[in-house]
Amino acid sequence: MTEKIYVKERDIVVPGDLLAEGMSYIPGNRAFREKEKIFSSTVGLVSLRGRVIKVIPLAGRYMPKKGDVVIGKITGIGSSGWMVDIFAPYNADLNIGEATAGYIDLNKTELGSIFDVDEYVLGEVIAITERKFIKLTTKHRPYRKLQGGNIIRVSPTKIPRIIGKEGSMISMLKNASGCEIVVGQNGLVWMKGEPEKQAMITKVIRKIEEESHKQGLTDTVKKMLEKGG
Amino acid sequence: MGGVGGPEKFIVNGKRLDGRKLDELRPLMIKAGVIPNADGSAYLKMGSTEVLVSVYGPREVFPKHLTDPNKAILGCLYDMVSFSTSDRNRPGPSRRSTEISKVIRESLLPAIFLEKYPRTKIDVYIEIINANAGTRCAATTAASVALADAGIEMKGLVSSVAVGKIDGKLALDLFDAEDNFGQADVPLAYISRTDELTLLQMDGDLTSDELKKAIEMGKKACVRIAETQKAAITERFGKEAKK
Repeated sequence: MTEKIYVKERDIVVPGDLLAEGMSYIPGNRAFREKEKIFSSTVGLVSLRGRVIKVIPLAGRYMPKKGDVVIGKITGIGSSGWMVDIFAPYNADLNIGEATAGYIDLNKTELGSIFDVDEYVLGEVIAITERKFIKLTTKHRPYRKLQGGNIIRVSPTKIPRIIGKEGSMISMLKNASGCEIVVGQNGLVWMKGEPEKQAMITKVIRKIEEESHKQGLTDTVKKMLEKGG
Repeated sequence: MGGVGGPEKFIVNGKRLDGRKLDELRPLMIKAGVIPNADGSAYLKMGSTEVLVSVYGPREVFPKHLTDPNKAILGCLYDMVSFSTSDRNRPGPSRRSTEISKVIRESLLPAIFLEKYPRTKIDVYIEIINANAGTRCAATTAASVALADAGIEMKGLVSSVAVGKIDGKLALDLFDAEDNFGQADVPLAYISRTDELTLLQMDGDLTSDELKKAIEMGKKACVRIAETQKAAITERFGKEAKK
């Protein structure tokens, strides 16, 4: 039996590309095994972690994972919770018990007074079933209602670049603008601060989205921020 | 097929009327990611046949009762724009376009990991911008690129081409005169990675030997088409890989 790897770290692959051969390799996210061979299932960049081969997607909609921090929009209020649009193919449920740290007495409280329809919340995906029923929580800090400010939508595949290595890019933006910025894994970015600064950040984020593949992105952004957009 | 008014001879000095060899494809150009508002898209030009495909989804299913709790459903709509043919094509669905939508859908179906997206729908919209034979094949090839561009998980790329018979000989990728007045036309779709034939139709007359040969010829051409498809997708995202 052959044991062979056909790709290198950060190689670009398309659906059906052969990644490796042999049972000692393990297909990770967006890779699959057929007999002894491992193939890619999406366009993406190869990532090797020991014997696990996965593909980091370069395209596609946001697919929720457990533990993701997301920004969602309240789309409905039920008898025991809220329905939240998290800009994925599926809606998420936010149960009363997961909404606030305190106890909510349904006889005394109107759910709309906590989160109303069309309001935005910052939450975490706490559970996701096989059939993709999604549960959110907004119980603990920093999860909350996002009041005021401005929201923009970017491709979820660019979110890691906006955050930067260990949050370097996002903290640079925060320091330069003095705005509050929150980034959701689902591609939504919320900001609050002076209107001019918000406009500047929007411009910078669009630039990051556009040039996410280029080298020296941090320097480009730094220069942009110094110029004030 | 073999109608009146076609050219007298299809093969002159071993070359076809458009100067191609029997086993030569028309010049093929594919571009991925041409429609920013779609989740995935592709433009394909094969000779003078031109196709634009957009993919939306996975997204919520409407009407809701069509939802499959275990997997995604695939929708496919093939349409020819009114100026795509030499005589104006009446816009809207027709008997022909409904059938082609169905066969394209079924030729893409085996390639997609539908079970990864339960309770959703993936929509594929195909617009034929210019028709010059082989539109269903061009559409299938382009749709596969658009699906990949949408980041949808797939087993492999679906490539498609037609093989026909002119002057008693098998020829690859017919253009309109050959298609209209030739002896046979066999469109096929093929997933080269898994060696799966996902579409096989035949119009006209072929012996069983000829059909077998036609399939082999088509498969070989599909492998070449798959290379172009791959290049189109890589080019779309290639700059990101070089980072």
